[in-house]
Amino acid sequence: MAPLIEVKHLKKYFDVPGGKNHAVDDVTFTIEHGQTLGVVGESGCGKSTLGRTAIRLQEPTDGQVFLNGQDISHVSGRALRKAREKMQIVFQDPYSSLNPRMSITSTLVEPLKRNGRFHSKKELNDEVERLMDLVGIDERFRHAYPHELDGGRRQRVGIARALALNPEFIMCDEPVSALDVSIQAQVLNLLMDLQEQLGIAYMFVTHDLSVVKHISDHIMVMYLGQAVEKSETKELFRNTLHPYTKVLLSAIPSTDIDHPMERLRLKGEITSAINPEPGCRFKARCPYATEKCGQPQQLEEVLPNHFVSCCRVRELNNL
Amino acid sequence: MNNTVSSTSTVKKKYKKKSQGWQTFKRVFKTPSAKLGGVLLAIIIFIAIFAPLLAPYGPYQMDLLNTFASPSLQHWFGTDAMGRDILSRMMYGAKYSLSLGLLTAFIGTVLGLVLGSLAGYFGGITETIIMRFCDIWGAIPGMLLNIVISASLGSGFFNTILAMSVGTFPGGARMTRGQILAERSKEYLEAAESINASKASIMFKHLLPNVISPTIVQTTMAIGGNITAAAGLSYLGLGVQPPTPEWGAMLSDGTTYINSHPYMLLWPGIVIGVTVLAINLVGDGVRDALDPKLRS
Repeated sequence: MAPLIEVKHLKKYFDVPGGKNHAVDDVTFTIEHGQTLGVVGESGCGKSTLGRTAIRLQEPTDGQVFLNGQDISHVSGRALRKAREKMQIVFQDPYSSLNPRMSITSTLVEPLKRNGRFHSKKELNDEVERLMDLVGIDERFRHAYPHELDGGRRQRVGIARALALNPEFIMCDEPVSALDVSIQAQVLNLLMDLQEQLGIAYMFVTHDLSVVKHISDHIMVMYLGQAVEKSETKELFRNTLHPYTKVLLSAIPSTDIDHPMERLRLKGEITSAINPEPGCRFKARCPYATEKCGQPQQLEEVLPNHFVSCCRVRELNNL
Repeated sequence: MNNTVSSTSTVKKKYKKKSQGWQTFKRVFKTPSAKLGGVLLAIIIFIAIFAPLLAPYGPYQMDLLNTFASPSLQHWFGTDAMGRDILSRMMYGAKYSLSLGLLTAFIGTVLGLVLGSLAGYFGGITETIIMRFCDIWGAIPGMLLNIVISASLGSGFFNTILAMSVGTFPGGARMTRGQILAERSKEYLEAAESINASKASIMFKHLLPNVISPTIVQTTMAIGGNITAAAGLSYLGLGVQPPTPEWGAMLSDGTTYINSHPYMLLWPGIVIGVTVLAINLVGDGVRDALDPKLRS
């Protein structure tokens, strides 16, 4: 069976004064049914843009996106509508992602009506009730407006809206980073429970590594619009290979006082994604950079199912 | 924490919604000031409709022996230069002034809203064309524009409405566009797109309700301005023509006699002021009723 989502050489460039911003530059990945791909990287590395382009909220500059084996990167009209029903999105900011003038019921009814799911009032009401129950919002909030709910409940409404069309894939764009830590755990558990019940696949975009470790089956590390390392979650944390990933992982706060993690620090600023130089994008800040790093880099399968984009990965890790 | 998925409500209550129209109506007139505005406006509209039954005299009925009469039991508001009863004229004039003020403000607002939303939502070349057009249109002084249009179309009630409504839209368009630019980056619009909402529905159902508040305030303020501006046109002989008992025209008539017979100016002035106040109060009520954040 074809994988649920297959993204091949996806590119998204933005025209900006002074050139093109390579927000997403030649990224390839797949997501299987019911699995979670965590996408990590620092702010501005293109992870949100990648997600939005993958579900066609933004038009790709180049490359392809396959949904269940069908190329959806250039479809429009009916085919796009059909594809969107299967791919939904949960946003980062639960305050701006709900229309302040619409009650919870109308927010949840809208996707159902727009896609001709239910017709009678009774069916719509029952479905709204079911969705609210599914994400754990009490029925008394039916006619509440977003400003009357706290951040966690709003995010649950956002999740319920994404679930309304029974999607196979939900792109979660930092869904917990705007929430309190205690609420974060609730929402993460909700997402994982829903995955178990409904078999939804997630693409989980975040900069929070402890979250991504907790929730993902696979992890893709991005730096300036490119994937630098990609593997299963356990493998990535056990065998960290790319110099950037090592720095990133060393930033996770450790609670083990007997074995404190050595914090690796980077020098310099993140380089610009506008008209980037060829070669490794990390080379300006990489402590191991040599002349060789000016050559174009490619993701290579260094270990089984463990892809790294670094020409010196073998010598640095004694492989 | 896993129990968050299961139902949290054990008691099934029905949180029913009442009839929408009646609810909205009640919300608009919730505050005392909105109630006052509503009552005043209702009285004025009642008078405008039933003027022929209520007015003691005809609007054009002259009594040349009794010109410039001070307010008395016979003529409550006095009489004007031709001995016409001012109260009766004001009652008949309510129809013209109200519809003039309301219609011009409404047409101007709708034009501004539509153009501003198109410019703000679509951006690019659409925005450039619309906004530059508005700039050019707005660069011509309002009164001059009114005069030019009235003069070329000819005077009269409907031509006046037309002339005055097209003069006001650039400001509204610019304001709506600004509001939409501020709102356009919000994620709920993207969410609407992802659930296959059409462009029209995103614009009218999601965007417009969130940007309309300042427009309502501006419209209610424009009504008053338009009633007085119409008076200016009448004064120049281009607006509603005498002897039509339009309030603005009566006001400008009165200015001639401001020293000798100030009540001729006073009555239209008071009535225009009260009308504008009533409309503003109701407008505030409407604005508040549309904003869920202000509901308790």
